[in-house]
Amino acid sequence: MKNLYSKGEKAFATGSGILLAVLAVASLLPFLLIFMASITSEESLIFNGYSFTPKAFSLDAYHYMLAQSQVVLRAYGVSIFVSVVGTGASLILVSTLAYPLSRPDFPFRRVLTFVVVFTLLFNGGVVPSYIMWTRVFRLKNTIWALIVPNYLMSGFSVLLVKNYFEKAIPRDLIEAAQIDGASEFAIFFKIMLPLSVPVLATVGMLTALVYWNDWINGLYYINDPSLYGIQQLLIRILDNIQFLKSGAAGMALGNVVVDLPSAAVRMALAVIGILPILLIFPLLQRYFIKGMVIGAVKG
Amino acid sequence: MNSRKRTRLKLKKSLPLLLMALPGLAYLVINNYIPMAGIVIAFKKMDYAKGVFGSDWVGFDNFKFLFSTPDAWIMTRNTLLYNLAFIVIGTICALVVALCMNEIKERFFAKYFQGAFLLPNLISMVVVSYIVFAFLNTDTGLLNRTVLPALGVSEINFYSQPQAWPLILLIVYLWKNTGYASVIYLAGIASIDPTLYEAARIDGAGKWDQIRFITLPQLKSIIIILTLLSVGRIMFSDFGLFYQVPMNSGPLYSTTQTIDTYVYRGLMQLGNIGMSSAAGLYQSIVGFVLVLTANYLVKKISPENAMF
Repeated sequence: MKNLYSKGEKAFATGSGILLAVLAVASLLPFLLIFMASITSEESLIFNGYSFTPKAFSLDAYHYMLAQSQVVLRAYGVSIFVSVVGTGASLILVSTLAYPLSRPDFPFRRVLTFVVVFTLLFNGGVVPSYIMWTRVFRLKNTIWALIVPNYLMSGFSVLLVKNYFEKAIPRDLIEAAQIDGASEFAIFFKIMLPLSVPVLATVGMLTALVYWNDWINGLYYINDPSLYGIQQLLIRILDNIQFLKSGAAGMALGNVVVDLPSAAVRMALAVIGILPILLIFPLLQRYFIKGMVIGAVKG
Repeated sequence: MNSRKRTRLKLKKSLPLLLMALPGLAYLVINNYIPMAGIVIAFKKMDYAKGVFGSDWVGFDNFKFLFSTPDAWIMTRNTLLYNLAFIVIGTICALVVALCMNEIKERFFAKYFQGAFLLPNLISMVVVSYIVFAFLNTDTGLLNRTVLPALGVSEINFYSQPQAWPLILLIVYLWKNTGYASVIYLAGIASIDPTLYEAARIDGAGKWDQIRFITLPQLKSIIIILTLLSVGRIMFSDFGLFYQVPMNSGPLYSTTQTIDTYVYRGLMQLGNIGMSSAAGLYQSIVGFVLVLTANYLVKKISPENAMF
């Protein structure tokens, strides 16, 4: 055993550890920068800029946001509603489509699977779908515009769940239930769903992340501020503070700019935007990794 | 039992399954297939009063206009070159990280490193644009206020310097995506038969030989598959990376315009539906051909990883 690991191998392992430690710190530094910026006093930001080592700390940005909390809370509420409803509806649509496709005795299985796969290969592009959702379904400036277009069901999720139904759940179980006279709906709800919790949890988590992080549907379909989710609020504030500083409005509203700790508030908002992910991710890291591996290699 | 009767019986039996599939299929028809029919817009002069299908046909006029502008060349070049850089450099970085991760046997460190590398992948491009802004802006940015003065370099207004962005976007891309890609390679490395390494050690192979002659050859098929899948998507870009991260800054278009940002700007900011839909269809068709080719090649290399 003594010679199993040579000196070279040990050196490589040590080197790997050092390199990864450096990279891991580098990977997290940008998060540290926005966090430090959000607790720096506005004067210090104006004199020294954003920095890892602020000269003067201040929680003014968070106090300011507490005073403005209805705006932030409303956006949070919109994002939570969209993520919860979107993920729930998505899981229902995905699993009810995946189940028939997973049954070898379902006569339309091949053609309908192709219908799903083809959506992954070709799309009509943004223009027709924008016209459809706004002109035909009139989704513009409704909460449904944040939920329904694009993300409600992805072909990848359907194939993922279908694969799981096929490989992880024994055929005998379904056949036994059929012999006992169970209806298809009973089989689906009482056998398939309870046995597929792992894959549904993974797909659900990735879908929830997509909804929480989405701002593109908002960019296309929402210009009513009361329907802003947290991401759209972030975009609006990034643009808006700039507008105050650069344009003619900046001179007219000069006082407002000084009163608002704008440089710190901006970063405090970014911190608040990623807070849920920072809190939840460590608990769910294992499932995320599992989902990523299956999702990437086998669509 | 005659065959028609049998077919009827089979249909009746599968009716509940068909019903179950219906809501999902309805969504796919609306969200995916109806817009596919809408590609006719690219061949029309869109007039909302007449509707999509009632508008006048103009043949290939929209395409002729599109390809007579410098935009068509710029956005195609940018999309292809960025994706090429992302594929090549991204794969190398992910492989290096995965190889190093495989050496970390302490579970605490393995989990901590992986978490640190994955975190950037989980945040939205909007938050990324805030972070980039914190580094680059002229008033309060870390580079302009701390780093460049220390180096004796004068202030750079990054948001109006197009030549800086290929490097900036590459760094942002690697920061956001390397962790994710390395997870997949790490899973590949973990599934290599350990007896191969034991045999190599007995033969006196050092670490570099093991990587060169065992790990990399064993990963070859997964590297090829992931690369081909990315090549199949080479006409598409991450809209957020190219639109939100440069903060939609006009002076940067020469190095940040991709087909996706062009389609968005044509539709939402310029109201030029003809050009926008022509660019979208150009992207879809070339993308479709590339995906089919990539899938065909994947199927040759490893049939179980092909999409269809």
